Amino acid sequence: MMNSNVPRPAGPVVIDIENITKDYVMGEEIVRALRGVTLQIRRNEYLAVMGPSGSGKSTLMNMLGCLDTPTSGRYEFNGRNVAEMDDDELAAIRNREIGFVFQTFNLLPRATSLRNVELPLIYAGMDPGSREERATQALTDVGLGDRIQHKPNELSGGQRQRVAIARALVNNPSIILADEPTGNLDSRTGEEIMALLEDLYRRGHTIILVTHERDIAAHARRTIHLRDGVVESDEQTFVPRMETVAAS
Amino acid sequence: MKRFLYELEESWKIAVAQMRSNLTRSILTALGVVIGIVAVTLMGTAISGIQVGFDKSMAIFGDDVLYVGQWPWRQVNDWWNYRDRKKIKAEYADSLNRMMAATANSNLTIAIPTSSVTRNVKYGDSEVGNVFIRGTVADYIITSTFDFKEGRFFNEIESRSGAQVCVIGYDVANALFPSTSPIDKSVMIGGQPFRVIGTITRQGTFLGLFSLDAIVVMPLPAFQKYFTAKSEAEVLVKVKDKTKLPEAKDELAGLMRRVRGLPPEAKDDFSINEQQALKSTLDPIKNTIAMAGLFITGLSLFVGAIGIMNITFVSVKERTKEIGTRKALGARRRTILLQFLIESTALCLLGGFIGLTFAYFMCFGIGKAFPSFPIQFSFGLVVASMIVSVVTGLVSGFAPAWTASRLDPVTALRYE
Repeated sequence: MMNSNVPRPAGPVVIDIENITKDYVMGEEIVRALRGVTLQIRRNEYLAVMGPSGSGKSTLMNMLGCLDTPTSGRYEFNGRNVAEMDDDELAAIRNREIGFVFQTFNLLPRATSLRNVELPLIYAGMDPGSREERATQALTDVGLGDRIQHKPNELSGGQRQRVAIARALVNNPSIILADEPTGNLDSRTGEEIMALLEDLYRRGHTIILVTHERDIAAHARRTIHLRDGVVESDEQTFVPRMETVAAS
Repeated sequence: MKRFLYELEESWKIAVAQMRSNLTRSILTALGVVIGIVAVTLMGTAISGIQVGFDKSMAIFGDDVLYVGQWPWRQVNDWWNYRDRKKIKAEYADSLNRMMAATANSNLTIAIPTSSVTRNVKYGDSEVGNVFIRGTVADYIITSTFDFKEGRFFNEIESRSGAQVCVIGYDVANALFPSTSPIDKSVMIGGQPFRVIGTITRQGTFLGLFSLDAIVVMPLPAFQKYFTAKSEAEVLVKVKDKTKLPEAKDELAGLMRRVRGLPPEAKDDFSINEQQALKSTLDPIKNTIAMAGLFITGLSLFVGAIGIMNITFVSVKERTKEIGTRKALGARRRTILLQFLIESTALCLLGGFIGLTFAYFMCFGIGKAFPSFPIQFSFGLVVASMIVSVVTGLVSGFAPAWTASRLDPVTALRYE
C-alpha cells in the first residue's frame, strides 16, 4: 500500500441506509432506539460505530447485521431491500454477506476450531471436501494453521477470537461486523486482534467495528458517533501511530 | 437437497456430542423410553404369540373340513332352540357317504363319524383324569393334522372289527409312561384294556384354554361298545375344493336334511360349522385384547415421550445463545428445527435400541422358562419399535424444536 494514510477511494456502496428508525415496545412505553439514521458504507471501508450505552449503537449493529429489520426507513444491502425480507431470507444474507465477530467469541464449545469455522459453509450447503479446505485456509490466514483440531477450551482468549474471525471470513462476506471484539481480551491480545483486523482491511475486506473504546475505534478510517438514536458525527479519521505500526 | 443432507449430518454430530456431554441426563431421559419400548415390545411379542397360537389352534380344524354338530360354533342367545335338537349320530356318516357317492360332481369327498366322551385313563398305578376319548374310523387321519411320535394310527381292519387298540396324546403318554415306550402296553379306559399302537406328537393347547394332548383315539365300534352313554357325536366332512366352501356347505345341508328326513318348510335341526366361521367369531375378541394391551402399554411410552419433551425444552433453554450464534451464521428456522428434532429423536432411538435389547433377552428368558407361553420375537417387531421410537422422538421434540426455531436472533444472542 503506497499511501494508506490518506483514505483510499472506496468501492461501490454495500450498505445504503436512509432514515431508518427502530421502536421497541417495553411494557407500556415505546422505546425509540433509532430515530432516523442515514448512512452509506462502501466496499473496503474500515468504519467504527461509537456511542455511549443507550445511544442505539447495538440496535444499529443488529440492523447492519441483518439480525433485525427496521421499523421504518430504507435499508439496501448490495442493492437488495433488506427491510422487507423474511427470517429465512435474512438468514441467507447473514450467511453469505456478513461475518460476525462477537465480544464473547460465541464458539461452539464442544466442536474443534475446524468445525466451528465450517459451520457457515454447512449452512451455505458446501460439500465436505471444499468445506474442510476453505476452513483450514481461513484458520491458516489468521495464524491458527496448527490449531485446527483444538477445541475452544484448549485455546487462549486471543486464539478463540482468531477462530471466530476465521469463521467470519470463511464465506468471503461483503462485510465483517465486529462487536466489541477486544472487550473480553487483555490489552496486548486486543492489540493483536486489532492488528489482524487491520491486516484484513489491507487485504480488501470491509470492516465495521462497534465499540465504546476510543483507542479501539482509532484503528478505523472512518468513525461515526451515535447519540440518542441519531448520528451525531461522521468523520474520516487518521491515526499516524497505527499506520507506522501497520506499515512496518 | 444437498444442503439438507449436510445440515442433517451436522445436526446428528451435534446430537451425539450433546448426549455424550450430558451423559447422565441423557441416559435418565432415555430410560423413560426404554421402559416404554420394553412394555410395548413385550406386549407386541405377546400379541403376535397369541396370533400364532390362534392360527395354530384354528389350523387343527382344517380349512377344508365341515363339522356337522348339534350346536353352532358361535355364541347363541337362543340356546333353548338348540338344546332340544336331536343328537347327531355317528351313523349319519354312512348315509352321507352313500349319498355323496351317488351325487355326480359332489363337492364333498368323505364323511367321518366321531364320537367322544371324557374318561380317566390308567396304566398300573398311574392315572390321568379328564382325557378326551374319541371314537372314529381309520379315515379320520385324512382330516386331522396329527404327526406320530411313535407307532401308527389304527387301520381299516382294526377300525371295522372294533379292535381294542388306541392312539394316545402326548400328555397321556407322558403321564403314564414317563420313561418307557407306551407302544404295545395296555392302558385301562373305563375298565377296559386298550393296546397302545401309536403316540401323537405334542399339539399344544387350544387358545391356551385346554390341552389338545390329553386325548385318546380309538376305533368307533370299540368306542360304541363301552362309551355310548352321554357321548357326543360329530360328523366331519372333507371338502374337495376349499374355494367352493359355501357351495359345499349348501350341498351338505341338503344331504343332512335328507338324512334327517326334514320336510321343506322345517328349519335345519343341525349345524354345519367350519374353521372360518369360528375364526370370524373369535377374531374381534382377540383384536380387542390386542388393542387394549397396546393402548395400556403405550401409556408408559407416552410418559417417556414427555420426559424427552421436557429435556429438549431444557436443552433449548440452555443453548439459547448457541441458537442465536447459529442464526447469526446463517442457520434458517428449518435448520434449527431439524437440529432439535434430531436430538430428541436420537435420544428416543437410543432408548428404543436399549429397550429392544432388553425386550429381546426378556423374551428369550421367558421362552426358556415357560415354553408354552405364547411369545414371538420377530424382525417386524424390531422395525416397528424403531419406527415407534423415531415417531416418539419427532412428536415429543416438535414443540421445543419449534420454540427454538422461532427464537429472535437478537434476543437469543443477548441471552446469558
